[in-house]
Amino acid sequence: MIRRALVLLFVLAAFAAAPARAQPLVADLSDHLIAITAGFAGTDVLLFGATEGEGDVIVILRGPEHPVIVRRKSRVAGIWINTERVSFSGAPAFYRVASSRPLDEITTPALRARHQIGADQLRIVPQRNLSPERLAEFRDGLLRNKEREALYSTELGKVSFLGPRLFRTRIYLPANVPPGSYTVEVLLVRNQQVIAAQTTPMFVSKVGIGADVFDFAHRHAAVYGLVAVLMAVSAGWAAGSVFRRA
Amino acid sequence: MHVYLPVAEVSIDVFLLLGLGAAIGFLSGLFGVGGGFLVTPLLIFLGVPPAVAAATGANTVIAPSVTGVLNGLRRDGVDLRMGLVLLLGGFIGSGASVWLFGLLKRIGQIDFVVSISYVALLGTIGVLMLQESIRAWHRRRGAISAPPRKLHRHIWIHGLPLKMRFPRSRLYISALLPAGIGFGIGVLSGIMGVGGGFIMVPAMIYLLGMPTSVVVGTSQFQIIFVSANVTFLQSATNQTVDVILALTLIIGSVVAAPYGARLGAKLRAEQMRILLAILVLGVALQLAYNLVVRPEDLFSIQTLATEGSQPAP
Repeated sequence: MIRRALVLLFVLAAFAAAPARAQPLVADLSDHLIAITAGFAGTDVLLFGATEGEGDVIVILRGPEHPVIVRRKSRVAGIWINTERVSFSGAPAFYRVASSRPLDEITTPALRARHQIGADQLRIVPQRNLSPERLAEFRDGLLRNKEREALYSTELGKVSFLGPRLFRTRIYLPANVPPGSYTVEVLLVRNQQVIAAQTTPMFVSKVGIGADVFDFAHRHAAVYGLVAVLMAVSAGWAAGSVFRRA
Repeated sequence: MHVYLPVAEVSIDVFLLLGLGAAIGFLSGLFGVGGGFLVTPLLIFLGVPPAVAAATGANTVIAPSVTGVLNGLRRDGVDLRMGLVLLLGGFIGSGASVWLFGLLKRIGQIDFVVSISYVALLGTIGVLMLQESIRAWHRRRGAISAPPRKLHRHIWIHGLPLKMRFPRSRLYISALLPAGIGFGIGVLSGIMGVGGGFIMVPAMIYLLGMPTSVVVGTSQFQIIFVSANVTFLQSATNQTVDVILALTLIIGSVVAAPYGARLGAKLRAEQMRILLAILVLGVALQLAYNLVVRPEDLFSIQTLATEGSQPAP
């Protein structure tokens, strides 16, 4: 990985040294495929790039979108139970933002809304009509839960410049990072305007034993169930006979 | 050292899981309860989705139960006949629970019905057991020549037809009684997604009047089948069993199960009943607490996967 990163840096340096005709923004990831192996406990993904001329860089990582149900508890006769539910679509399973400077110094609210920069700007839409206050309540509930599971972060990642043009950022993917296709959007911002943008795909997928087990569980569900039962019975049997001898 | 659990889609420290497995095995060996009531909430706390936690818990419980029954058979501590009758009722009961589950879901508020009935049931069983066993303990310590506990009290229950002899439990009762208890617990466990061992054990002691020496083994015997049934159905319909998680928990549980059994053999019957009563009451209090105390966050989320998704139990 370090060698690949060095190669990448070299290529980027060449880009940076190229004449003014070069693209205004070039970026790439250290790894496009994040492999979830048996011992996976989270990993870093590195993003490198070069800009043409002045500007700030914002990096937005978005995971696959799945529908989410948000439930609200309230007190009924002294007991807390789920009383309301709202389904939302458009919520990415995973979301991170990194920037070279604080967002409010380099962007306008309109720009943040347009590019969905920041978890509060995500276009998460309810599947039924709600009053604005109630919508805000449920949206906040969703964001809070996502943040608690470390799937969203309100903390802004750091994009650091190495000299005037080369930049890099490191995004941490926790152990519970959901598998699926991700997009990494890199924006070059100057005078509160997006000068250039580049989108790079990234895939998070299970490999090895984990992937095999998951496939087996879904493709041959009944056989998988039998195997699970047999495994438990034989483990108990084996332990029983060991215990008897002991 | 972390291990990635492919179905749960989280990674958890191996030693934490082994320790949790050991707790399951110990409880299984000591009381003959499955430990699903303990393992499911703890796994959820560790970040495992609720549906996966419940189904995988059922899978795990099979292993220490098999070990326990093997040991029990050697010591003649399993009433197979009673176990089979309970099981028969249990299977019919869990079938009925599928229907009841659907009905409650249509009405809404299934969580509420489940929790409140659980609290009421466990609270009552726990208090009654604790009272009875403390009284018995006092009697023994006080060495007062209390009237010996009657082996057989004749009440209306014993007038039921289909009388059957259970030599191992020294009982001659209607087969409808254990079958009915098995049915009731089958319904409960089907709805709540736990094995129901910690209701089964007090029911065997108090309702059936079985000797404590055969209760643990017989309970474990029927837990094997109930849990195997749950594991299979959950795998086949919802894909919520994580074998990597189950295997790690099983390793911990089979190592610890003999220690639980050894401690159980050392304890007097009424001491064991006191401990079990405390355990049952503890679970009831925990559930009641969760119902009554304002949750930290009133909002909870459930992400629907593209396929193989199912709501939390």
